[in-house]
Amino acid sequence: MSTPIITRRSLDEILEWSVRTVETADYSAARRWRENGGKVVGHFQVYFPEELAHAAGVLPVKMRGASIEASTAEARFGSYLCSILKTTLELGLSKRLELDMFVSHPICDAARNLAAVFERNFDHPSEILYLPQNANSGHARDYLAAEYQRLLHRLEEIGGRKVNADDLRRSIAVYNENRSLMRRLYQLKREKPWLLATDEGYALISLAGMLPKEEHNELLSSVLEDVEAREVKAKDRVRVVFEGGFCEQPPLDLLRTIDRSCYIVDDDLMIGLRWILEEVALDGDPLQNLAHAYLEQSSYSPVQHDLRKPKEKMLIERTKAARADAVILTAAKMCEPGLEDQVAYAQALEENGIPFFISEFQENMTSFEHMELQLETFVENLLFD
Amino acid sequence: MTTQSESIVGRGARDGAALFRTWYEELQEAASQERGAAYVFVMGSLNEILKSFDLPVVFPEINSLQTAVRRVAHEYLSEAEELGYSPDICGYVKADVALQLRGGEHPQGQVPKPALAVLTNACNTYIKWAEIWERMYEIPVVTLDVPGHRSSKHKSVPGSDDFERDRKYVQGQIAELIEVCETVTGKAFDIDKLRECMTQANEISRCWQRILELNRGKPSVFNALTDGTIFLGVANGLRGSPAGAQYFRELLEEMEYKAANHIGTLADEKYRLAFVGVPCYPIFRRFDEFFSEWGGSFVSSTYLSFASGGANLGHLYDLERPLESLAEGLLISVRGAMDSMFHQDIELESMIEDFDLDGVIYHPIKSCRTVSTGLADGRRALMDRMDIATLFLESDMMDRRVVSEAQMKNRVDAFFEGLASRRRRQAIEQRGSK
Repeated sequence: MSTPIITRRSLDEILEWSVRTVETADYSAARRWRENGGKVVGHFQVYFPEELAHAAGVLPVKMRGASIEASTAEARFGSYLCSILKTTLELGLSKRLELDMFVSHPICDAARNLAAVFERNFDHPSEILYLPQNANSGHARDYLAAEYQRLLHRLEEIGGRKVNADDLRRSIAVYNENRSLMRRLYQLKREKPWLLATDEGYALISLAGMLPKEEHNELLSSVLEDVEAREVKAKDRVRVVFEGGFCEQPPLDLLRTIDRSCYIVDDDLMIGLRWILEEVALDGDPLQNLAHAYLEQSSYSPVQHDLRKPKEKMLIERTKAARADAVILTAAKMCEPGLEDQVAYAQALEENGIPFFISEFQENMTSFEHMELQLETFVENLLFD
Repeated sequence: MTTQSESIVGRGARDGAALFRTWYEELQEAASQERGAAYVFVMGSLNEILKSFDLPVVFPEINSLQTAVRRVAHEYLSEAEELGYSPDICGYVKADVALQLRGGEHPQGQVPKPALAVLTNACNTYIKWAEIWERMYEIPVVTLDVPGHRSSKHKSVPGSDDFERDRKYVQGQIAELIEVCETVTGKAFDIDKLRECMTQANEISRCWQRILELNRGKPSVFNALTDGTIFLGVANGLRGSPAGAQYFRELLEEMEYKAANHIGTLADEKYRLAFVGVPCYPIFRRFDEFFSEWGGSFVSSTYLSFASGGANLGHLYDLERPLESLAEGLLISVRGAMDSMFHQDIELESMIEDFDLDGVIYHPIKSCRTVSTGLADGRRALMDRMDIATLFLESDMMDRRVVSEAQMKNRVDAFFEGLASRRRRQAIEQRGSK
């Protein structure tokens, strides 16, 4: 089935549609899926083994908040909490995104409460997927494979379909293709960042959490080919890494603000969708392979503790690999793990002589003038240093 | 009887304070001898294992809250914030960062540096906190992963396949922790010594559960907020030690005595309250007075559940199979602690009946999102299901900048006026129905 998005549309039209869909939190793909009798599982940031849902015929949708007003959800939370919790609940309460199951993860103190909040507010099942927090234990992989098996049973109940190993392998193959396409997009960002505006690249990645995977694959392969053929002249801009977008997402206007003076050549935006860095093996036990990939072939974020991946060391590696001149070090307001790691990141960047710009954001912020001014000063200092 | 009453009543508070002083003196001695300590947390301390290796045990959460009770927390918080730590993150973490930078200087004495850190995933900030020590000291950090209940509707019970899978995972990690302890201390693991520590821990759990039950009677025999915090300190810090077990035996004796003789915490207990959240340590005693001045008594709290690491459940270890049972106990108790935070509305529902509550006081705080995130929604759900008066007071456990005493008192006063009017209305309705 060809995706309706790319049929007879120009590259600019597709990119414009992608940005608009993401920016307006348009979940019409999920709505259509349900209208056709399908089931939808919403999974909160950061990582979720979507292959399991895919194999069970359930559409996985990434819950990452939205730049919307949490008019109903606001009353269900107190102060001092990040915005993404509220807007994620609002998506459900306002019926902008209707689910058949919700899964959150123990990524942080706030998010682990979310499954219970959903459980109190909706009739559909809501639960926590306990991804291992002791990644260095010799028992973590077997535990995770068993936990995936447990989750798979729940998804089979939702999807009304039994899943066998070959179903899982087929799904893994679809996701391997998706991962490969996303890597290609990031390679493009690193090598020729002028070919794709940050908001366009971001939207293309972000759609991975909104569309059926086959559609997204088709979209990405078509778009990437066209983007690579674009004739755009490089501008004299500073190459930066954007760090701090692993959970709550900055508004696209913030990325556009950065884009006016910098090329974002790598980032951790929607890192959960790109968590697994390599192909997941297709031979052998698929659940073990997925568990292995989560632990051994994965990226890093402030919400996974792994002695082998000290976050600050990983950020330095990311910066060097992207040949970035500087780092934009952000954290969502009230984000405990993000704000805590900012200190370590800043120290490591200083020790490595890498300039950085520190900032906080909120997904529904609307004023960027102050930040733009500060960033321009930062960039000027870099250019004339 | 008077003599007996004088010697028993109030003993728990006196002896608890004395044990605390002794504990800190021992820590000071360890620091002066440059002995490294095990840094642990209240939810799943694994004190049983650590004490079997004779490791001095430090609870950074308790160190931090002590700075607030002693009204010096702001000095510690400022130091950490000057380093770049945000005003919006956990105050306990920041106070500890400053304490470490001060070389362990604490109002109660010198705190030794860590030789290793042991934590569970009961609170994610534990993990971030330990990463700071990793960077500062390059010490081994063992994150013991304890999978919680996946939802309130899917609770795996001992004996089920799901429970067994999780228990084996926990037991495997305990074995890994033991190896780390052997490396750090240079001592071989002694299972009989572990058994002895577990025996003492059993005694604490047995007594603790009974003490909590006794507060269901009228009048309540201890204040769940103020006295309870002292008891919690001993239950955590001295878990697995003979001194801790002895303290709890005597505490139980005191509470049984008070119950038998109808000796309450207030002369006139007018309203029975539950406290939900973490205490307001910057104004610890004053906060309680807001309520006691109206005859309000805290008879129960979720804090007594989660901050005891789930010891309130009274799980007793089977000493015939210590490691297996330790894993089982850790799983049950830490899960219990998690449930009392994430599904606090369910715990409160039974608490309202068991303790014959008149009101529930929610105290969400800036510093702790584990405990606070779900409180507003849990309150809404509870009030949908139960006819109970509630009060929602936001502040902090460490940061006096967000503790507004006058505003808080106004709201507490209004709450009690509402409770009094509710009681009058109920009395009229009852008379009318006769």
